Amino acid sequence: MINWTAPLRELVGLFVEDGPLALAIIAIVALAGIVAALAPSAWWLSSSILLFGCLGVLVLNVAMAKRT
Amino acid sequence: MISLHAGSALTAAFLASLVEAIEAMTIVLAVAIVRGWRPASLGATAGLVVLALIVVALGPLLDRVPLNVLQIAIGILLLLFGMRWLRKAILRAAGIIPLHDETIAFAHETEELREQALRHEQRLDWLAGLATFKAVLLEGLEVVFIVIAVSAGHDVLFPVSAAAVAACLLVALSSIVLHRPLARVPENALKFAVGVMLSAFGLFWTGEGFGIDWPGADLAILVFIALFLGTGLASVVLLSRRTATAGAS
Repeated sequence: MINWTAPLRELVGLFVEDGPLALAIIAIVALAGIVAALAPSAWWLSSSILLFGCLGVLVLNVAMAKRT
Repeated sequence: MISLHAGSALTAAFLASLVEAIEAMTIVLAVAIVRGWRPASLGATAGLVVLALIVVALGPLLDRVPLNVLQIAIGILLLLFGMRWLRKAILRAAGIIPLHDETIAFAHETEELREQALRHEQRLDWLAGLATFKAVLLEGLEVVFIVIAVSAGHDVLFPVSAAAVAACLLVALSSIVLHRPLARVPENALKFAVGVMLSAFGLFWTGEGFGIDWPGADLAILVFIALFLGTGLASVVLLSRRTATAGAS
C-alpha cells in the first residue's frame, strides 16, 4: 500500500509552517467573510478586519517567536 | 502597456521562481557532483514531466470553478503562502532564526548522499534521482501555484509563466556554468519581497472574492504591498533591537 502521509505533509507544508499563524489567518478571513456576507454594504468593516487582522497576526506571531 | 496588476504579477512570479529554482538547483547540483549528471538530470526531468502533467490536468478544471470561489480559495492560499515566507524572512533578518545558506544546504545534501552511498551502494543512483525528482517537483509546485495564483482572472497567464520559466532557466544556466550553488544571491531579501507581494495579492483576491470593491481597484495592491513592507521592516527593526538587548544582558 502506498504511504501518502509524507507527500501530503510536504504538500501542506508548502502553505502551513507555523500552525498558530495559519489558524489565525484562517480565523481572520472567516470573520471578514461572515461580516461581508451579513453586512455587504459595510465593505469598509470587512476590508478593515481582513487588512488589519492579517497585519496584526503577523506582528503578533513574529513578536512571540523564540530564538533558535 | 503593461497594467499595474500584470507588472506586479510578473515581478512576483519572477522573484519567487528565482528563489525556488535556486533551492531546487542546489540539490540537483549536489546529486550531480556526488553521483554524476545522469541520475541528477533523470530525476529532475521526471519531476518536470510530473509537474507538466499536473498543470495540464488541473489547468482546465480552474475554468469551471466560479470566479468568486476561485478568488477566495487562491486568496487564502496566497495569504498562507506569502505570510509564511514573510514571517520566516522577518525572523531571519532579525537574527531570531538562522539565515538559509545554499552553501550549507549543498554541503548537507552531498554529505547525506555520501552516507547513503556507504549504506546502499547499488541503490544509490535510484536514491540520487529520487532526491532531484522530489526537489524539482516540490519547488516546481510552488512556482506553478504562484504563477496560477497571481495571474488568475487577469488574462496574464502566458507572460507570468514566461517570467517564471525565464527565472528558472537563468538559475539553471548560471548553476551549470558556475558548477556550484548560487550562494551569493540575497535569498532572504528575495523571500521578503516575494512574501510581501504574495500577501498583498492574497489580501486583494480574498477581499474581491467576498465582494469587497477595493478603493482604487488594482491600485489597492500597491497600498497593501506598502503596508506589508512597512510592517515587515518595522518588525525586523523592533525584533533586532530585542535580540541585541537580550544578547547584551
